[in-house]
Amino acid sequence: MIAEATRSRAGVLFAAPALLLIAVFFFLPVIASALLSLTDVDIYAIADLARLCVVGAANYGALFADPLFWTALRNTALFVVIAAPLSVAVSLAAALLVTAGAVRLAAVFRTLFFLPVVTSLVAVAVVWRYLYHPRFGLLNYLLSLLGIAPRDWLGDPHWALAAIIVMSVWKNFGFNMVIFMAGLQSIPLQLYEAASIDGAGAWTQFRRITLPMLRPTLLFVVAMTLIGNFQLFAEPYVMTRGGPSNATLSVVLYMYEQGFRWWNLGYAAAIAFALFGIIVALSLLTRLLARGRGAEAA
Amino acid sequence: MTRLRRAVHSPAALALLLTFAAGCRQTDPNAVELRFWAMGREGEVVQSLLPGFAADHPGVRVRVQQVPWSAAHEKLLTAFVGGALPDVYQAGSTWIPELVALGAAAPLDARLAAAARADYFPGLLDANLVDGRLWGVPWYVDTRLLFYRSDALRAAGWPTPPGDWDGWRAALERIKAQVGPSRYAILLPVSEWQPPVILALQRGAALLRDDDTHGNFQSAEFRAAFAFYLEFFRRGLAPASAEGQIANLYQDFADGFFNATITGPWNLGEFATRLPADRQDDWATAPMPAPSPDTPGVSIAGGSSLAINAASPHAELAWQLVDYLTAPERQLEFYRLTGDLPARRSAWAAGALADQPHVQAFWQQLQHVRTPPKIPEWERIATTIARYAEAAVRGDLTTDEALIGLDRDVDRILEKRRWLKQQRSAVSYQPAATPLADSRWLMADGFATT
Repeated sequence: MIAEATRSRAGVLFAAPALLLIAVFFFLPVIASALLSLTDVDIYAIADLARLCVVGAANYGALFADPLFWTALRNTALFVVIAAPLSVAVSLAAALLVTAGAVRLAAVFRTLFFLPVVTSLVAVAVVWRYLYHPRFGLLNYLLSLLGIAPRDWLGDPHWALAAIIVMSVWKNFGFNMVIFMAGLQSIPLQLYEAASIDGAGAWTQFRRITLPMLRPTLLFVVAMTLIGNFQLFAEPYVMTRGGPSNATLSVVLYMYEQGFRWWNLGYAAAIAFALFGIIVALSLLTRLLARGRGAEAA
Repeated sequence: MTRLRRAVHSPAALALLLTFAAGCRQTDPNAVELRFWAMGREGEVVQSLLPGFAADHPGVRVRVQQVPWSAAHEKLLTAFVGGALPDVYQAGSTWIPELVALGAAAPLDARLAAAARADYFPGLLDANLVDGRLWGVPWYVDTRLLFYRSDALRAAGWPTPPGDWDGWRAALERIKAQVGPSRYAILLPVSEWQPPVILALQRGAALLRDDDTHGNFQSAEFRAAFAFYLEFFRRGLAPASAEGQIANLYQDFADGFFNATITGPWNLGEFATRLPADRQDDWATAPMPAPSPDTPGVSIAGGSSLAINAASPHAELAWQLVDYLTAPERQLEFYRLTGDLPARRSAWAAGALADQPHVQAFWQQLQHVRTPPKIPEWERIATTIARYAEAAVRGDLTTDEALIGLDRDVDRILEKRRWLKQQRSAVSYQPAATPLADSRWLMADGFATT
């Protein structure tokens, strides 16, 4: 009994430094910004705390009535819906490609595919802006060879988000590819051997062996990609600043603008929590769906 | 790391370090360090002006920190919140109201001598006045006017630039007719708020009403200016592409992709160095055309000011630095180093700047400048104007929809300002009768309207 108490106290003591750090640098700021989201802290309030009002849920109310927030949310949702499956598909295909023994120079491709991930986003954005240039860009030149009229990729509200999606998928798929590669390597080769003896083709093998065996990896990648995509910020911040006509304004970019450009900290905190709620809800939904499917399969 | 530690541990090195430390203390018994933030290129160049100040002020060390323009605004506000604001700082003149609202700037009325005060362009000094008091001293000026291809304008039949809107548009129509469908008469970057705002100020539009607490964008004046602005795009005189899509402003100007633009003095130097040599005789500047021929065309008053941190412990010294840097001879030298136009008229006279071909138009323009509303929310309102103007240019919104939306959004931005105004008048007119109930009512009123 005493030994148990001592031991658990020892455990608490060992965990205490880490817990303290998490409390100070994670939970405290989160609680502070939750409280902040219930106030109207802006530059008037920063100057003189007497001008601070506790507004309760008014920030959230204003958020729902704010057309720019809805624009940002729509853009972000569109980005997630298109970029996330695309990113997962591309990285899975790339992983299959570089792990398949048939491809020569697999190591070279592996490195090449991973290169964008470690490259500075700002440098990448500058180069992609050249590629997308309406008059001198490589992309429009290639399209002109196919007889397609040039487009103002980043300047046209109809195309800007698509341009950001393509760049973002290219920039980030290497990371997921590495995770998929690890997943693929853990699938026992005997399964494929047995399947090919039974006469299963490549497609059947992929569907019946690779995909089911990759399930945990796939779920992890999908969840991480969804969360990451909802936090879309750097790409539009560097490439378009949310323009043209707010076609690439994302929720996090809008939060940044409200918080650090206009110093409406209360409102910005409310945006952050709205986004947090959305991400939590979606993560739960993904898990529920996955569990449902898993039960079905079993 | 280990090598460093070993070096410090050796007794000889320790002794050496101590000597150095003692040495520092001996040469400067009570040196004052004056911290000064300057932005971008100015922050780099201002160093070379400081030796003169150091000579007059032995024992004062000015530490200049260079802040990039893109981060300057954020950094000033963050520094204020963190209590790390320097003694003297450079600030865009449109930021002054914000810094005043924060209490980050010290009033300078008592410090600036009357003679010096009269020497500044009145329109520029006005930008530094908030509630009738002076909070910053103009350091260099910024206004916007026409840069154009003189050869294209001549070819279109205008040997001198048109002075009014009708002539302006007729000239641009002619240029457009001559350059064809893939080139343009003028470039008005759609992400910029300045062109529509300048046109509105020219029409005499009051952008805000009720003591700057409501948007006033459906007024007849603003509507007329906005319609005139949109016409540039509707008639194909200006390309409706975002600023970022101009790959190289100077190349495109030299190639004739566009033949005029509205921009500021920083481009005087850029045009002189970046345009090819055989194009140097083909560009000129002109003051903004006016809505009617008998009035001068106004433009916007901008530029940078020097302000003093209200919490600086060295306010007197800080002022001496500001005074030193804004003296006419330093302004002239600064112009020679950076190309930034002086804010004092005597500096212009001393350097005979108004006689220089491209600079002359700025001298004329600076006599007629207006300040946009001087409230902390202005930058946000300006961005909102640009957003609606862009939507209207692209045809996503009709003129009416854009102006109604603009008024609605600006009213929302000014909500807190209205509340503060109400509260202030409540305090002064209804002294302490029911203060609690009163403020609660005001709060409810202020925020129920969202």
